[in-house]
Amino acid sequence: MLDTELRTMIDEVKDGRMDRRGFVQRMLAFGLTAPMATQILAIGGVAMAQSPTPYKPTKRGGGGPLKLLWWQGPTLLNPHFATGTKDQDGSRLFYEPLASWDSAGNLNPILAAEIPSIQNGGLTADGKSVTWKLKPGVKWHDGKPFTADDVVFNWEYARDPATSALTIGVYQDITVEKVDDLTVRILFKNPTPFWADAFVAVVGCILPKHLFADYKGAKSREAPNNLKPVGTGPYKFVEFKPGDLVRGEINPDYHMPNRPYFDTIEIKGGGDAVSAARAVIQTGEYDYAWNMQVEDDVLLRLEKGGKGKTVYSTGGDIEFIALNFTDPNTEIDGERSSIKTKHPLLSNPAVRKALALLVDRDAIQKHIYGRAGRTTASFLNGPEQFVSRNTKWEFSIEKATQLLEEAGWKVGADGIREKDGKKLKLLYQTAINGPRQKTQAIVKQACQKAGIDVELKSVVASVFFSSDVANPDTYSKFYADIEMFQIPMTQPDPAQHMRRFHSRFVATKENKWQGRNFPRWVNKEFDAAIDAAEAEVDPVKRAAFYIKANDVMWQDTVVIPVMHRLKVGAATNSLRPVLSGWTNDTDNIQDWYRET
Amino acid sequence: MRQYILRRLLIAVPSLLGISLVLFIVLALAPGDPFSELATNPNVPPEVAAALRTKFGLDDPVYLRYLHWLAAMLQGDWGFSFVSRMNVDTLILQRLPATLYVIGSAQLLALTIAIPVGVYAATRPYSIFDQIANTLAFIGFSLPTFFTGLLFILIFSITLDWLPFVYTTDIKATGFRWMIEQVRQAIMPVMVLALFQAASMTRFVRSAMLDVIRLDYVTTARAKGLGQTRVIVKHAMRNAMIPVVTLVALQMPAVFGGAIVTEQIFRIPGIGSLLISSILSNDTPVVMAVTFVFACLVVLFNLIADVLYGWLDPRISLR
Repeated sequence: MLDTELRTMIDEVKDGRMDRRGFVQRMLAFGLTAPMATQILAIGGVAMAQSPTPYKPTKRGGGGPLKLLWWQGPTLLNPHFATGTKDQDGSRLFYEPLASWDSAGNLNPILAAEIPSIQNGGLTADGKSVTWKLKPGVKWHDGKPFTADDVVFNWEYARDPATSALTIGVYQDITVEKVDDLTVRILFKNPTPFWADAFVAVVGCILPKHLFADYKGAKSREAPNNLKPVGTGPYKFVEFKPGDLVRGEINPDYHMPNRPYFDTIEIKGGGDAVSAARAVIQTGEYDYAWNMQVEDDVLLRLEKGGKGKTVYSTGGDIEFIALNFTDPNTEIDGERSSIKTKHPLLSNPAVRKALALLVDRDAIQKHIYGRAGRTTASFLNGPEQFVSRNTKWEFSIEKATQLLEEAGWKVGADGIREKDGKKLKLLYQTAINGPRQKTQAIVKQACQKAGIDVELKSVVASVFFSSDVANPDTYSKFYADIEMFQIPMTQPDPAQHMRRFHSRFVATKENKWQGRNFPRWVNKEFDAAIDAAEAEVDPVKRAAFYIKANDVMWQDTVVIPVMHRLKVGAATNSLRPVLSGWTNDTDNIQDWYRET
Repeated sequence: MRQYILRRLLIAVPSLLGISLVLFIVLALAPGDPFSELATNPNVPPEVAAALRTKFGLDDPVYLRYLHWLAAMLQGDWGFSFVSRMNVDTLILQRLPATLYVIGSAQLLALTIAIPVGVYAATRPYSIFDQIANTLAFIGFSLPTFFTGLLFILIFSITLDWLPFVYTTDIKATGFRWMIEQVRQAIMPVMVLALFQAASMTRFVRSAMLDVIRLDYVTTARAKGLGQTRVIVKHAMRNAMIPVVTLVALQMPAVFGGAIVTEQIFRIPGIGSLLISSILSNDTPVVMAVTFVFACLVVLFNLIADVLYGWLDPRISLR
């Protein structure tokens, strides 16, 4: 039903031939919920709304120092080598992309003169190319002009496998060509609905061609400017000590008016999250601290009478429990959890549904995550237009018991349910991390009441998340019945996030467990929705496909979503940081200022 | 004497080789790899992670990797950090000043407290002074540095707001102000470490002195009519220092190695925090270099201690 008919209806609303209420009622008749119908209407209009920035200062500089405290300091300053957010954050002070994401998931131009759209000719209807217009008059910190050649060079640099850039995934399948000195065109092989990946946000930071041209490919590590960044950003590089300190000073020639506000900037690294929270919230020694992995109780206590507060940004990070669809205890061709097997207990939908009813998200939020988490029944939690309104979680031990009873699982002498001689015993693994172990305990308790015996296992994070093929305890091998961890959503587009459960990405011995579909779930309906979404350029239909995919996952109980996690930072009361859950903390650093 | 030192140095070579081999194998067998973060990053295709491993030689057999490392090390090439992609020696040299300054001052302070207190307590065993010193020493070394560190922060930074608790290497001030700031930010970590060290050293000095002070030659010296101070300082103390020298010499590598816990608490960018973050990120070349430097220092200071024994007590023959 989501085809031309829907499109015509949206056009009718736009032209005033149909009123909004009429539209929503028609949608309800199609089986959609009212909020979803209005969402579709909203995104059916113009591609992206641009939010006005709340930036107040009326002149450049004069803001004194900005002191940032990262409990893991940046260890390198080349954005194409950056392994984690800490490195990206450090590089981002000096280097800039063409555009970055705001908190609603919209693009804001940085080095681009405008955001490409169908209206301004930047996007084509076939979804196979994007044309970016660059801002004129932008200069590198050493005074050389920034041009289209720099942009094209970055594509060549990153896509060369010998450079070993970690951004290669973004650049290897595209072609970038120079149209004129201030225009570049990106060509895609296939229609690409999510066109804003290359040269956007942290993976899109642009290096100066004149300083890196000799260090493309195998010589990439020898570039002297890997340690002394020369970018276009609001701050100029002063000093760098890996893991300890990054320092910059104001760029007097910065290309945005009245920005930046601060005269100097520094990121101090090291220590732990709690004392970082203390140094910002309680004593005000620092202005901002990142990634506050601290229990909410502690933060609340520090905030009382302190000099700062916690700040939150909403992205799509999801903490969830995944169910294994294959048998972890049977070995086939030297492989456990082989796709050729079926899980003896979890292949029964009643057991999966019962487990979903046994996760008390309210208690988990109340006692563990506090303000840093939201209860959810969806794997896909943002941006707004992609979020399903059709899923709803429930915590009910009675209903779970009833489901199991109906499915023939009877309580045995030891209080554990059994059926056909198989006991309802599950191994539940996760990475070692305070909140996770507490969540495990809450889930285990509810399961016990319903007659499910749960054995808990925790693995050191560095092993659990490693790609070590020899280790049996990695999350991708999944040699347990259920496991729990967080998947961060790194882009405001769901393609990458949702694609992972497509059946062609099943993790097996053959692909060295690099496939991202670790529950080894195969569902034709889901695959079809993902395939359709990836080729769909129309934003309305595309959103509907992802919502559908999310709902299929929920109905089939592949994963049990536990918490939609927010990013937590700490800032002094007067600081006005501009944060977005869709990108790094420092990605809009040019807009930060202090209220005087 | 020269021959003795030469012989000792020659013996050190195979032991250092052995140490490096063991370190290397242990690191190679440890779980996790430096590129584990790539496994969860959807932007990095698996082939790239694999290519990086090959490029950095991680897929070679262990013995080959060891030989490469050894050959490079002999030519003065310490390798480069996988995480920062910069040379390991630059990284270590950047961290050394803070460690030497903070941990070195702590050791000096500990010695200046421990020797006089220990000696004085030994000359008057079971006196009030001795008992107070003993009690304090016991409290001192039963309290771990992470506890006293946090206690100090809570008292002096949070409650009284006298001292900063984040150590910075880029103090903006110059000249005299700069020096004041340097001292101010080092007070807490130095005190935490010095109190802990002084406590155990005091006990050590006291017992060493007690052993010596009862020996016949000390009684003889007293019988000859020498003054108390002269007997203690010139005759007894010199011999009592032998075990203390051992203790101090074996602790010298720690001065270079930093105090991991204290450096973490106060965010001192020293070798200790470099080591811990490198271990956490599986940055093997850095871990290898830092631990190997420790091994060299241990061997070196053992040798220095041996030489000092001969000077302190000529009865200890070098042959």
